[in-house]
Amino acid sequence: MKKILEKFVKYLLTASGFITSFIILLIIFFLFSEGAGLFKNHIIDDGYVLALNKNNPVNTLSAKQVKGIFDEDITNWKEAGGKNEPIQVFRLNDLLSMYPEEELGSEYEHAGSKIKEAILQNEGIIAFVPKSLLTDTENIKTIPDQTIPVKDVLAGTEWFPTATPSPLFGILPLLSGTLWVSFFAILIALPFGLCVSIYMSEIASDKIRNILKPIIELLNGIPSVVYGFFGLIVIVPFLQELFNLPVGESGLAGSIVLAIMALPTIVTVAEDAMRNCPRSLREASLALGANKWQTIYKVVIPSSMSGITSGVVLGIGRAVGETMAVLMVTGNAAVMPTSILEPLRTIPATIAAELGEAPTGEAHYQSLFLLGVILFFITLFINLSVEYISSRKK
Amino acid sequence: MEIIKAQNVNFYYGSFHALKNISMDIEEKSVVAFIGPSGCGKSTFLRLFNRMNDLIPKTRLEGQILINGQNIYGKNVQVDQLRKEVGMVFQRPNPFPKSIYENVAYGLKVNGIKDPNVIEERVVESLKGAALWEEVKDKLKKSAYALSGGQQQRLCIARAMAVSPQILLMDEPASALDPISTSKIEELIRELKKQVTIVIVTHNMQQASRVSDRTAFFYMGEMVEYGRTKDIFTNPEKEATQNYITGRFG
Repeated sequence: MKKILEKFVKYLLTASGFITSFIILLIIFFLFSEGAGLFKNHIIDDGYVLALNKNNPVNTLSAKQVKGIFDEDITNWKEAGGKNEPIQVFRLNDLLSMYPEEELGSEYEHAGSKIKEAILQNEGIIAFVPKSLLTDTENIKTIPDQTIPVKDVLAGTEWFPTATPSPLFGILPLLSGTLWVSFFAILIALPFGLCVSIYMSEIASDKIRNILKPIIELLNGIPSVVYGFFGLIVIVPFLQELFNLPVGESGLAGSIVLAIMALPTIVTVAEDAMRNCPRSLREASLALGANKWQTIYKVVIPSSMSGITSGVVLGIGRAVGETMAVLMVTGNAAVMPTSILEPLRTIPATIAAELGEAPTGEAHYQSLFLLGVILFFITLFINLSVEYISSRKK
Repeated sequence: MEIIKAQNVNFYYGSFHALKNISMDIEEKSVVAFIGPSGCGKSTFLRLFNRMNDLIPKTRLEGQILINGQNIYGKNVQVDQLRKEVGMVFQRPNPFPKSIYENVAYGLKVNGIKDPNVIEERVVESLKGAALWEEVKDKLKKSAYALSGGQQQRLCIARAMAVSPQILLMDEPASALDPISTSKIEELIRELKKQVTIVIVTHNMQQASRVSDRTAFFYMGEMVEYGRTKDIFTNPEKEATQNYITGRFG
């Protein structure tokens, strides 16, 4: 009877282990398959076509050029590799201003032929129209449709996921936003965290440590939205005043909030590492005539370096993945950051802000999963470095 | 000429009376061994000479300890300066997680010696003095942790000797070592005696009789007997000493 029970427990434990791992793998697989789906999408919205006059020498346009043309940043064909001729942008609703309603027919049954007529008459035209209306493409040049190139996403510097006719999914602004905010957060948190952990492990009396440590650990338990709120009410106006900025929401505000959030992790791990520095080493140092400070920076800190580094890297891990607080204070401008005092946007904030409005299964939606994949790799890298650093200890 | 003079020393851990009214004189360039059962206070007494017990909270000292005629618990004493004069070797080898060279150079560096030539000279001298030079001269840049336990302990002795102390305290320096390493350490003690005064705590009575000039027997926080080693081991005055050295308790 006892044996059967033991076997049952054993199988139960094995099964729970396997099920957990399987679910995690499933989540990762889901993330990857959705993210990779982005590259199956076309640069032009599905069901639409870009048509040119056949005398126009331009044959292909990149997504970026298309966006430039329709935003009227590019107004002459020579900027897109064609003749010196002004570009005339044609959208479906331009049809109504070009032709009276009666010519198009009551059911718009003549719309297709009128579009064709407009294209044939204007050499500088670029028409963005539904494929279904432009069935007869004789004497009309259509831009060959291509799938979204990997390079345009991974090395693209523009993030316009909702632009028509061709959205841009360059992740660099978001990636660099994330890295900038995290980097400055660590720059702020590291000296503070190190000072606090040295104070707590080496200087503070037991009494003070017993009060201080729970308080610092309590910081870990505060919901991040509260930190964001604090940042929005206190740090953002303060930075605006201090640097005389047009808006206080900036990368720096995000870094400060993240630094406060990463502090407890850094302090807890680094303090533990320093307290674990063997007493025999401290005694050896003191017995040689070293004073307390020399002992701290020549023996205690070097011998607990791996623990301190782990704390810092874990702190970075927290900063990289943090969403809510950053979303609230960084201003969320998806542009390549040029200064930490400007608004910028991080990867997690982008996912949180845009997932609600991205239609399921479409390019925008899949691009957010791709961002998730990239975030996954960043945190994976960070976790592996922690493992490596802690394993080097022996 | 006495280098250490302890006068009516009482020491307390909180309310525990660990050392009871101990007075003792130690001659310059002699070896004094402290023996006695565990918990008798011999290590506590040893650690008073370089004020290592200062690190333990809630301790209290009465009486005074004079080194070279100066009360080391006086107001104007600089503890780090005192510890440079009174070196210490611990029960377990405790090299720093640094290279062999850096371990020996550490004491010199923290005491403000910057000239690399002077440091190198002292490092080589100390390693030779600790009979370790021949074994490590080709791997000075290697981690001290790569050495065996006995080598590590001799490295710790070299490290302590590098700052040229007048007194060397040894707290059971061979208790974690094998017999061959132990005999090397003992040989070293006889050699170092020419330069420094050595106070050694040991559990091993043969060791005490082999290396020391004088022996003090401690029991329950009291110093029962203190005299020439030969007398203590052959003709002790007190019955407790007699019982301990013949192995009847301890």
